Amino acid sequence: MADAIRIENLRKTFRLGFIPRPREILKGITLSVREGETFGYLGPNGAGKTTTIKCLLGFVHPDAGTIEILGRPHTSPRSRERLGFLPENPYFYDYLTAREFLAFTADLFGLGQEEKTERIGRLLKLVGLERAADLALRKYSRGMLQRAGLAQALINDPQLVVLDEPLGGMDPLGRKEIRDIIVRFKDEGKTVFLTSHILQDIEMICDRVAIIVGGRIVKEGGLRDLVSEKVLFTEVTVSGLPPQAFAGLGESVSIQGDRVLLKVYDESLVEAVVALVHDRKGRLISLSPRTETLEDIFVDTVTCQ
Amino acid sequence: MRIGAIAGITFKEAKRDRILYLLFFFAALGIGASRVLAILTVGDRIKIIKDVGLASIAIFGVLMAILIGTNLVYKEIDKKTIYTLLAKPLHRAEFILGKFCGLVLTLFVMTAAMTVIFLDIVFAHTGAIEAGLLVAVAYIFLELVLITAVAILFSSFSTPILSSLFALAFYLIGHLSWGLELIIRKMAPGPGRTLVQVLYRVLPDLENFNFRTEVVHGLPIPPGIYLTSLAYGVCYTAFILVLAVLIFRRRDFI
Repeated sequence: MADAIRIENLRKTFRLGFIPRPREILKGITLSVREGETFGYLGPNGAGKTTTIKCLLGFVHPDAGTIEILGRPHTSPRSRERLGFLPENPYFYDYLTAREFLAFTADLFGLGQEEKTERIGRLLKLVGLERAADLALRKYSRGMLQRAGLAQALINDPQLVVLDEPLGGMDPLGRKEIRDIIVRFKDEGKTVFLTSHILQDIEMICDRVAIIVGGRIVKEGGLRDLVSEKVLFTEVTVSGLPPQAFAGLGESVSIQGDRVLLKVYDESLVEAVVALVHDRKGRLISLSPRTETLEDIFVDTVTCQ
Repeated sequence: MRIGAIAGITFKEAKRDRILYLLFFFAALGIGASRVLAILTVGDRIKIIKDVGLASIAIFGVLMAILIGTNLVYKEIDKKTIYTLLAKPLHRAEFILGKFCGLVLTLFVMTAAMTVIFLDIVFAHTGAIEAGLLVAVAYIFLELVLITAVAILFSSFSTPILSSLFALAFYLIGHLSWGLELIIRKMAPGPGRTLVQVLYRVLPDLENFNFRTEVVHGLPIPPGIYLTSLAYGVCYTAFILVLAVLIFRRRDFI
């Protein structure tokens, strides 16, 4: 499968402040995103995620390295013909309505009148802004702006979609809707490159991830390869027994009324806990094994650096 | 097509700017006040009306070009709307040219509106409209086009306040640089004279676009001058725009 994005040894240093001091933001990033996959780009604040995207889209000039988008050098405007981009905290011309704004972005791609009208209508429906289509963007909430941003990113029916924090500022329902749209991209064969702090969402929608810390990629791979099936601990909720009864079996995490939440780290002790509850006439409320999550990997990776 | 889209959005944005209407109001006031000045003046009243009217169009037009032009590119960067634009298949040169064309279109509409008021007043006094007045206005507009390019050049790397000061300095120097020619004539040959000669060649000469005195006083203008001034304006504007594009292309948008 060909690469939709190929970045090799990307370096960028900014000189900021009144007396400019060099600060190396990207220290040799190398990664590739295959066509058709959904790629999550993770990292703590200030790690270099947005700078990577800015280099990718030509907003800033890299000091070194090469970037290719859909087989073309990133500096060529033609590389952006089949690309859609949603910036973090999207800022648009707030005096335009969503419909006018989409018409303007369609003009930048040279779409014909008929195609433009059809796509605008379809996208407004897709992102759920049909009823607010003729409202000035300055009256939009942050979540609505995010939806308008997603619609403008899709106006050219892109092959590659770059989304910088697409789920930020959305309510749970909006987050689910946007997540569903991103999942649909995969079915349509689109490549998605996205950054997000909401790791549960990344885990749900991404095929591969890369974790960037301090301007370097410290972990990269398929989600299934990174996240193991190993059970980290088992959470057991019981009632009718004091926490002291479980001494040596598990760690009591919280007590609410007569309910005790236990963390049992040794898998072989789970059965002993269940037997104890049964013998002492307690009640087993729930029992759930916790496997490793992307969040665990992310926290481990970031704290190790 | 893309330049047209950027120009269209720039025109839409510029026409929402209150400064534009404030300056237009004062320009109209200035043109209207020429009637009052004419009444108070001894001599040819029509000449006063023409002189003050043309000067109002020129001064307020330049203020519009500078105050709106210096904000245009800066605002896109400051409000981060530029990210959405540059992620599209758009050359940075197209962005600058689109901004330039949008503001030139705005200034064209405003100059046309000011000219209509001015010609109305002249017509009310003389019962006729001289073609010469339209020529003078056309060259004022050409000067505004150049000032717009200069405002966009400074706006592409500086803040609006600094850009306005630089553009205003360009305008003042441009109207005073003809004095260097007199100095050159009176200086003895030597390094000092060469330096002043170089300065004279490099600095803009905006008096090339000033046909107001000739038109108001009915003085003859050699036909070749029109063409030379037009070529000077077009070439200087193109040079400034190329400079703006070169600077803008090298910029990082952090």
